[in-house]
Amino acid sequence: MQRKGEKRAKQKAKINPAWVFLTPWIIGILIFSGIPLVSSLYLSFTNYSFVGLPELTGLRNYINLFTNDTKFLDAMRVTCLYVLISTPIVLGFALLLAVLLNKNMRGIGMFRAIYYLPSLIGGSVAVAILWQYIFGESGAFNQFMAHFGFHFPSWVGTPKYALWSIIFLKIWQFGAPMVIFLSGIKNIPSDLYEAASIDGASGFRQFISITIPMLSPIIFFNTIMQIIQSFQAFTPSYIISNGTGGPVNSLLFYTLYIYQSAFGNFQMGYAAAAAWILLILIAACTAVGFWIADKCVFYNE
Amino acid sequence: MAGKARINKILRYVIVLVGAWIMLYPILWMISSSLKPLNLIFKDLSLIPSQLTLDNYIKGWKGSGGTSFGRYYINSFVLVFFAMAGNALSCSLAAFAFARLRFKGKNILFGLMMVTLMIPLHVLVIPQYIMFTKLHWMNTILPIVVPKFFATDAFFIFLMVQFIRGIPRDLDEAATIDGCSVYMLFVKIIYPLMVPALVTTLIFTFMWTWNDFFTQMLYTSNADHFTVTLALRMFMDAEESATGSFFAMSSLSLIPIFLMFLFFQKYLVEGIATTGIK
Repeated sequence: MQRKGEKRAKQKAKINPAWVFLTPWIIGILIFSGIPLVSSLYLSFTNYSFVGLPELTGLRNYINLFTNDTKFLDAMRVTCLYVLISTPIVLGFALLLAVLLNKNMRGIGMFRAIYYLPSLIGGSVAVAILWQYIFGESGAFNQFMAHFGFHFPSWVGTPKYALWSIIFLKIWQFGAPMVIFLSGIKNIPSDLYEAASIDGASGFRQFISITIPMLSPIIFFNTIMQIIQSFQAFTPSYIISNGTGGPVNSLLFYTLYIYQSAFGNFQMGYAAAAAWILLILIAACTAVGFWIADKCVFYNE
Repeated sequence: MAGKARINKILRYVIVLVGAWIMLYPILWMISSSLKPLNLIFKDLSLIPSQLTLDNYIKGWKGSGGTSFGRYYINSFVLVFFAMAGNALSCSLAAFAFARLRFKGKNILFGLMMVTLMIPLHVLVIPQYIMFTKLHWMNTILPIVVPKFFATDAFFIFLMVQFIRGIPRDLDEAATIDGCSVYMLFVKIIYPLMVPALVTTLIFTFMWTWNDFFTQMLYTSNADHFTVTLALRMFMDAEESATGSFFAMSSLSLIPIFLMFLFFQKYLVEGIATTGIK
């Protein structure tokens, strides 16, 4: 008995220190990610409403979402539109400015800072409310457009235009992917450009034949990150629509819909089902991204 | 040829300059509006106010219902402080293990960590909310702060792993030969060397927690516990008489971010660049 105890003590003393360092993370991933993930999957098959016990209802939540809930379909449509429109514009601007800024320009540090700054504050409540004013009927944007003879109603108050005000807010934050592009461009060997110049390739030609292929892993990374983030946008939608998603659901983002169902109506099982659809949607986009990347991304190993 | 290059250069400069002006305009408009008398905000269009006043700041700072913005700032700073402490401690421990130590199932666990980066918060938040309610953590900072002490922000683990991998292994080997234990290696050698990654983590944690709205709104209903972010929400759809206060308090709320940005820009840019590329 004693020997066995000794042996155990010895084993204990020899425990791999890696596990000591990993303990907080393992506890964290179990309690704050693993268990909630499994629980929300379970809740999504129930009618749980915060009071009482969850009752299994099978696939009813999922079926209702798609066949019986126009609000959900509106949220899905608005969010997909937002992702599809804003992602290419954001990446386009980010790449364009990265290329313009890269050519040892005077004051590049200052410009980079100015372009990057909106990314740091764009998700804040302060900026979201500011946007309400800028895109209001007599806001700064309409006043500016009036100089050119264009007259618009309140952007945030008109269903047709409301989403655009949030898309502009997203575009305004293209600085973060731009900084990532900039550091990627810096790593492209300059002899490639020198060789191309000697061969008489134009600047545009060099951009298409050198910059784009050499940057393709980063373009891929930025695209995936933008899509994942955009699907989860919440603050601008909540603030600009005053929590309603209106006018006529035109600002009802997916996450706002989940928030309203789970914490407004306390239909937690139903909201969990919607959240799982979001997870699957994001996973599918990422998988498609990786599949395309497999064919198109050029890795310079 | 030289003339064409020159025109190109000027054209590029003009585009960048105009772009920079458009990027800055909303912020400048907000600050300038905060300094104008209420009746001029939407009338006086120039960015340089014709009449300067601090009334908006004085009125805005008083807040509403007897709680001033001083209270909200204290709440925000307390929250941010603990969030920063949690991330700096817990993420560095995990990052050290992933970057330097050998253990069973390392690749699987690392993959798992990267997967948690992609899980949308909204899938986890309903069970978390139920859990935190049962624990009576509502209207405290615990639902936001406690997870940070358990390395739930995988982004920062990843950032630190990338950084530690760049530290030459010779140092570890020399220290181990000198009889340094793994724990001492972490405390005496790696931790001091990873200060740049820690600074990046601290700044990003500061800004993200400062700006975060969703979780703060979810777990705080009591006005005494409101953070700056939650207090600003009260200006959402506010009456016209409150617009001046809104511009003033919004400008003020962004100052900590501006300062962080001004002093630590290098760390921010390097931070997103290193995690962005690899």
